[in-house]
Amino acid sequence: MGRFVFKLPDLGEGTAEAEIVAWHVKIGDMVAEDAPLVDMLTDKATVEMTSPVAGKVIEIAGAPGEMAAVGGAIAVFEVEGSGNAADEASPKAQPKPVAEVVQAPPPVVEKAEAPPPAPQPTPPRQPVETVAHAIPDRAPGEKPLASPAVRRRAEDLGVKLGHVAGTGPAGRITHEDLDAFIAGARSGPAASAPTLARRTAVEEVKVIGMRRAIARQMQESKRRIPHFAYVEEVDMTELEDLRVHLNATKRADQPKLTMLPFMMRALVRVLPAYPQINARFDDEAGVVHRYAGVHIGIATQTSNGLIVPVVRHAETLDVWAAAAEVARVAEIARSGKGSKDDLSGSTITLTSLGPLGGIATTPVINHPEVAIIGPNKIVDRPVVRHGQIAVRKMMNLSSSFDHRVVDGYDAAEFIQRVKAMLEHPATLFMD
Amino acid sequence: MTETITTRLLILGGGPGGYVAAIRAGQLGIDTVLVEGDRLGGTCLIRGCIPSKALIHVASKFEGMAEAAHGAKDGISLSAAPVLDMAKTVAWKETVVDKLNSGVTALLKRAKTRVVAGWGRFSDAKTCHVETKDGPVVIKAEHVILAAGSIATALPHIPFGGDVISSTEALALSELPKRLAVIGAGYIGLELGSAFRKFGCEVTVVEAQDRILPLYDDALTKPVKAWLDKAGVTLHLSAKATGWDKGELVVDKGGETLRIPADKLLVTVGRRPRTEGWGLQEMGVDMDGAFVRVNDKMQTSMSGVYAIGDLVGEPMLEHKAAAQAHVAVEVIAGQNRRFDPATIAAVCFTEPEIVSAGLLPKEAEAAGHDPVSAIFPFQANGRALSMEAGDTGGFVRVVARKSDHRVVGLQAVGAHVSELSGEFAMSIEMGARLEDFAGTIHVHPTLSEAVHEAALRALGHAIHI
Repeated sequence: MGRFVFKLPDLGEGTAEAEIVAWHVKIGDMVAEDAPLVDMLTDKATVEMTSPVAGKVIEIAGAPGEMAAVGGAIAVFEVEGSGNAADEASPKAQPKPVAEVVQAPPPVVEKAEAPPPAPQPTPPRQPVETVAHAIPDRAPGEKPLASPAVRRRAEDLGVKLGHVAGTGPAGRITHEDLDAFIAGARSGPAASAPTLARRTAVEEVKVIGMRRAIARQMQESKRRIPHFAYVEEVDMTELEDLRVHLNATKRADQPKLTMLPFMMRALVRVLPAYPQINARFDDEAGVVHRYAGVHIGIATQTSNGLIVPVVRHAETLDVWAAAAEVARVAEIARSGKGSKDDLSGSTITLTSLGPLGGIATTPVINHPEVAIIGPNKIVDRPVVRHGQIAVRKMMNLSSSFDHRVVDGYDAAEFIQRVKAMLEHPATLFMD
Repeated sequence: MTETITTRLLILGGGPGGYVAAIRAGQLGIDTVLVEGDRLGGTCLIRGCIPSKALIHVASKFEGMAEAAHGAKDGISLSAAPVLDMAKTVAWKETVVDKLNSGVTALLKRAKTRVVAGWGRFSDAKTCHVETKDGPVVIKAEHVILAAGSIATALPHIPFGGDVISSTEALALSELPKRLAVIGAGYIGLELGSAFRKFGCEVTVVEAQDRILPLYDDALTKPVKAWLDKAGVTLHLSAKATGWDKGELVVDKGGETLRIPADKLLVTVGRRPRTEGWGLQEMGVDMDGAFVRVNDKMQTSMSGVYAIGDLVGEPMLEHKAAAQAHVAVEVIAGQNRRFDPATIAAVCFTEPEIVSAGLLPKEAEAAGHDPVSAIFPFQANGRALSMEAGDTGGFVRVVARKSDHRVVGLQAVGAHVSELSGEFAMSIEMGARLEDFAGTIHVHPTLSEAVHEAALRALGHAIHI
C-alpha cells in the first residue's frame, strides 16, 4: 500500500488558489479513479476535480469555503502499489491537515455561512458552470501525447499535461483540450451592473461561491478601468419596421429577430474604423490587443447570476445567423454547459436588458475589454421631425469606455456612426 | 593582476551546448560569459560531426571516380585512376571547419557574449579561474551552465599515442594509412572505417560484440554489413583487441589469436563525459555514474548550477545538447521549461546511412505498445533508383501502435536518409498517426515517398509494392 498525494493542479492563468466548494468524498471512502472528488471554485468557474487514482481517502484538506493553494496537497489516498508520496511534499506539512474538516457536512455550509436576506428561500448556490475534468484515459506512467507547441504552452501556463484529457487522434492533447482544461478559470466573465442602483451598502453577507467570482470581476473592472459613459438617442422607427417585416415574412426555419442581431451588425460594420474599441487591454503588460475579428459578449442573466457568453466572429454572421447564435449561446449560458470558447474571449460586450432596459445605463466594462454597449428600451416618444411633432420609436444607447485607451471624441464618433447605421437600416447591409 | 568578472551567467564550454546557451541567453538579455580553451564549436564542429562528414563526402566522391576509372555503368569513365592528396583534403576540411568556427564567433559577438579564451577551473560552484594569454581571470557568476562535453574513451591496455589514434587524429591525418585497423564497430568506427575504405585503405574492424552498430536492429544494419562485405572491409565480430604490438593489433577471437598488421590503429570504443581537469569536484554536484546528475530542468544538485550535453548522459549528440541548452537558459530566465522530448533522433553516416527516431519494433513491443511495423524498400522508389541507391537493401520502416495507429518509431537505411530525420522527429513529437502520413502528400520524386508508402503499407494499402 502506498500513499498518493493529490496536489491541486494549476487551474488556469495565474490562479494561485481556489475555493473549496464541496467535497464529494469523506475520509475513509473508497473512490474509483475519475470519480468526483471535490468542486473547486476559481475566479470565474467551478471545476469538478476527479480522483486521479483509485484508493481510500485518508486525508482531505480544507472545508468548503476555505481557500486551497495551487500546488498544495488537497487529498491523500491510500493506493495499491507505491503511490507517489515518496517524492511528494509531506502532506503533514500542508496547511490544512484534516481531522476537523471532515465533520463539516459540505452541502449546507454555504447556507449556514450566508443566510440570504431575501424573503423567499433562495435556491442553493450551485456552481454556474461545472467543467468536469476527467482524468485522461492514459495508462499510469504513460507520457501524455501532445505536440511541442502544446507542451510549451502548458509549461507556460503551469499546467501538468498529465491532468489534461486529450481529445485528438490517439488521445493527443490539443490546444483546445488545454483551453478546456483551464476554461474553469475563464468561464463567464461577469460584466455589467444590471440595474441602475449601485451596490453601495456592505451587508453582513458572506460573499462566496459564484457571487464572489462576480464580485471580484466587477471590482477589478471598476477599480482598474476609468470608465466614462456616453448615452445617445436613436430613432429606431425604420429599423423596427424592417424587423417586424422580416419576422412576418421569415421562413419557418429562421429564428425570430430581436434588435440584437441588428445592433451586432452595426457594430461589426463600424468597429473596423475604431480598432481601439474592439480590443482587450492587458494593463499589467501595458499592451492593447486590437482584434480584427469581432467577438461579442452577450451579457445574459441566468438563475445563477450574470454570464457573458460570446458570439465569436460576429463579422461572419448575417442577422439570421447572429440571431441563432445569440439564442444558442444564451441557452448554453443558462444551462451551464458552456465550453471555454462559448464563454470567454469577447472583444466587446452588448448588455441589453430588453424590456427592462431603462432610459440609460452606465454599464461596467467587461475587463479586459475596453467598451460595453447597452441599448436601452425602445419607447414611442414625440419628437420634432421636419418641423412637426411626430411619434417615433426612440431608444437610448448607453455605453461605457475605458478612458485610458479610448478617447471621448473617438467614442462619441463611434456611437454616432452606430446611430447612423441603425437609423438608416439599409446601410447595415450596403458595402 | 587578476581580472575579476562578475556576471549573471557563466557557461563552461563553447561546444554546441555552450554556444547555443550563450546565444539564447543573449536573446533573453542575460549577461553572459563563456569560457572555452579550444576553438569555439566544440567536438561536433571542430573534430566530430562536421569534419567527419566532410571527409566522408570526399571519400564518396573519390570512390565514384575510382569506379569511373574502371568504366562505371552510368557511362562515366576516366582514363586514369583518381589521385588523392590527403593533405589537401584535410586542408579543405579545415576551411569548412573555419567557416563554421568563425560563424559561431560572430553569432556570439552578436549575442553580446563575452568569450574568455582559456581553460577554466572552478574553485567553488560559482567561481571559475581562467588562465588567458593576457593573464589570470576570475569569473564569479550567479548561474553556471556546465557544458564541458566529452572525450574519446581510451582502452587501458591500448592507450592513445603514436599510431594509436582517436577519431580526432583520424580526421587530421596528412597522409593515408595503407592499412587501418579500427577497434569498435559503433557509428564512429564504421563511419570513419568506411570512409578510409573508400579512399582505398585496407580496413579491418574489430568488435567485441557479435554485431555491428549495437544501437540498431539487424534489419537496419544488414545493408551496412552488406556494403562492408562488398567493399572488402574485414570485420571481426566477437573479437577482443588485447594489445598493440609493433604495428600489429593483437586480437583474441574465440580463443584464437589474430595479429592484424596496421599502419594506424583507430580506437573508437565510445566517449565519456569530460568531468576532470576543470574543478568539477570542487562544485559539490551529485554524479550519476560517470555523468553529472541533472533533473529535467537541467539543474544539478547545486543550486544555480546547470549541466547540459554529453556531460549529463546519453545520447551524446549535438542536437540533444543544443536542446538542453535552450531549457537551461530559459529556466534561468525564469520560464517554466522541461527537457522532455518525445524522441531524440539519431543518424549514422555509414554506407548506406541509417536514421532512427522513436522506438525500434522490438523496443515498441517491450514498451507494451503492441506495435505493427511496415517496411517500404527503396528498390521500389523511383528517386532511389535514379541515383543508384535502389539496390543497397535500404528501406523505410514505420512502427505504430495497433490500437490507435500512433506512430512510435520511424527508421530508414539507405542513401541520404539522414535528411528524413526531420520528418521522423517532427511526426513523433506531434504524435502523428499512420493516417497523418497517409494524408500528407509526399513529393515525387523523392525518397520521402517511401515514408508515405511505409505508412500506407502499415494501413494495408501501399501502392507501389
